[in-house]
Amino acid sequence: MLTGKSRATCREVNTRLIKRLMVLVAALTLLVTAGFLSLRFGSVRYATADIIGSFLGAEGSTAKVIIMDIRLPRTLIAIMVGANLAMSGALLQAVMRNPLADPGLTGVSAGGGLSAVTIMLVFPEMTRYVPLAAFGGGIVAAFMVYTLAWKRGIDPIRIILAGVAVNAILGGGISLLSILYSDRIQGVLMWLNGSMSAKSRFHVSILAPYSFIGLIAALLCINTANVLQLGDDAAKSLGVRVNLARILLSMVAAFLAGISVAMVGLIGFIGLVVPHISRLLVGTDYRFMLPVSAVIGGILLTLADTGARTLFSPVELPVGILMAIIGGPFFLYLLRKGGAYRV
Amino acid sequence: MINASELKIGYDKKVVVDGFGFNIRQGEMVSLIGPNGSGKSTVLKVLARLMEKMGGAVLLDGADIHRLPTREVAKKLSILSQYNITPPDFTVEELVSYGRLPHRKMFQLESKADREIVRWALRQTKLEKLANRFINSLSGGERQRAWIAMALAQQPKVLLLDEPTTYLDISHQLEIMELLNTLNRELDLTAIMVLHDLNQAVRYSNRLIVIKEGKLFMDGAPQEVLTAEMLRSVYKVEAEVTINKQIGKPMFMPLGLAFGT
Repeated sequence: MLTGKSRATCREVNTRLIKRLMVLVAALTLLVTAGFLSLRFGSVRYATADIIGSFLGAEGSTAKVIIMDIRLPRTLIAIMVGANLAMSGALLQAVMRNPLADPGLTGVSAGGGLSAVTIMLVFPEMTRYVPLAAFGGGIVAAFMVYTLAWKRGIDPIRIILAGVAVNAILGGGISLLSILYSDRIQGVLMWLNGSMSAKSRFHVSILAPYSFIGLIAALLCINTANVLQLGDDAAKSLGVRVNLARILLSMVAAFLAGISVAMVGLIGFIGLVVPHISRLLVGTDYRFMLPVSAVIGGILLTLADTGARTLFSPVELPVGILMAIIGGPFFLYLLRKGGAYRV
Repeated sequence: MINASELKIGYDKKVVVDGFGFNIRQGEMVSLIGPNGSGKSTVLKVLARLMEKMGGAVLLDGADIHRLPTREVAKKLSILSQYNITPPDFTVEELVSYGRLPHRKMFQLESKADREIVRWALRQTKLEKLANRFINSLSGGERQRAWIAMALAQQPKVLLLDEPTTYLDISHQLEIMELLNTLNRELDLTAIMVLHDLNQAVRYSNRLIVIKEGKLFMDGAPQEVLTAEMLRSVYKVEAEVTINKQIGKPMFMPLGLAFGT
């Protein structure tokens, strides 16, 4: 028999759960809407009927070719990359217990950047290997950061410092190459600010399986990420091997960021800010925060990419610029509004 | 139950504790006391395998605690640190439910039995009514009880506590100490605490272990250990030690610093 008071608290908990699930459903709805908008808008605008038609048949029409072969792959890539980067940032913020952690901190972006830029500028005939080199470079850089940070265990503050140092060194390399080969810089600039142009079904078929693996791995990290929020001593007392947990979570984060960088170049902002947006909406529990981060990351990158290719058409902007312009103010709005969680 | 021998502990190369050891039996309520920097918190951390040791051994039921799988240790032993952090929006019940973590297999979901044990831990610490409150909205004493509840949900045989009453006012301090006493009596929970307040250590434990400069100074029943002489040589304090008639245990009133010792 429930007393009046405990019934009230039951209701309280249920409202919280319902609110969290509603945010997730709303975010998923918004994701579908964003995806739909990105199919409609571009250098040519299509009506809703054209899009439905392309999905259902209408063989041979120009609309179908543009929507299914050009826009849909691009939209799918944007969703996957946005989700990957957001989850990567969310995991790293748990690993470092630091709200300023983002995928760049592991060295993945700078490492991937330097190898990609080296190929594009110095060995332009090998440009098709850019994704592979970017992924490899990113993972090597992440390995460097963690090796430097290791001293009888892994301390978050040392990862951050080692990350800053490795980023500075590799960033210097990128700047040096950009100046030495300034005549070829055009294509590199686009890559360094992230771009989803000219992505085909082929790219989707490469990214999708890796993103799926990354997603599953990230979801398996949820419990550990939550426990790390209780502090190292409490986590150890609960039987968590904290050093191992930090390394595994970082590896998943580096993998998620690595495949994204390899595919579309460097896109900042998402990994840092989306987890915070998600926290403000559903709180710090990773069971809700991580999936919502993934969805919001997808929404944000899809919208930013749609804007990047239509706002100044025919000129296409790198998506990173738009991202900052859309996401920044929204983040500030949430920050002012506040919630149970405060940054 | 817990057997520590020849412990040598240090940070980097500086040795803080050397040749330290004791044997603690099931159901004992032990306080580690000693001045600041004497190494008592360090010893507690090594007992709980939060810290590596340089030499010696800690045996939990006969097995080396630093070699046992950490998850197995977590089923028998829990430590409550001095500083605890919680994300701002974790509820009491959510925090306590993390205590079940060592008992669940990887990726296994919370079972009905787990929820029962969480409820039980909340009842033991009288937190049922606060179960759905955010930890950060609680008072210091309630927060400390929530962490003790989390430790209880681990169903440990030994509970280690690093200054569990620091930052609390006297009534909340006593509330925590009474709670620990009750748990010790009713559940036969072994408790090893680092305490600063010597009168509380005497009042609530049945054994005191004194550390001075990283070495064992004294180990025994409160009435044997709390003497004017011990206070003078360990703390450099002159004090009057009297036996309190109501509880039949010694208590002390400091008179001043002891000079020339």
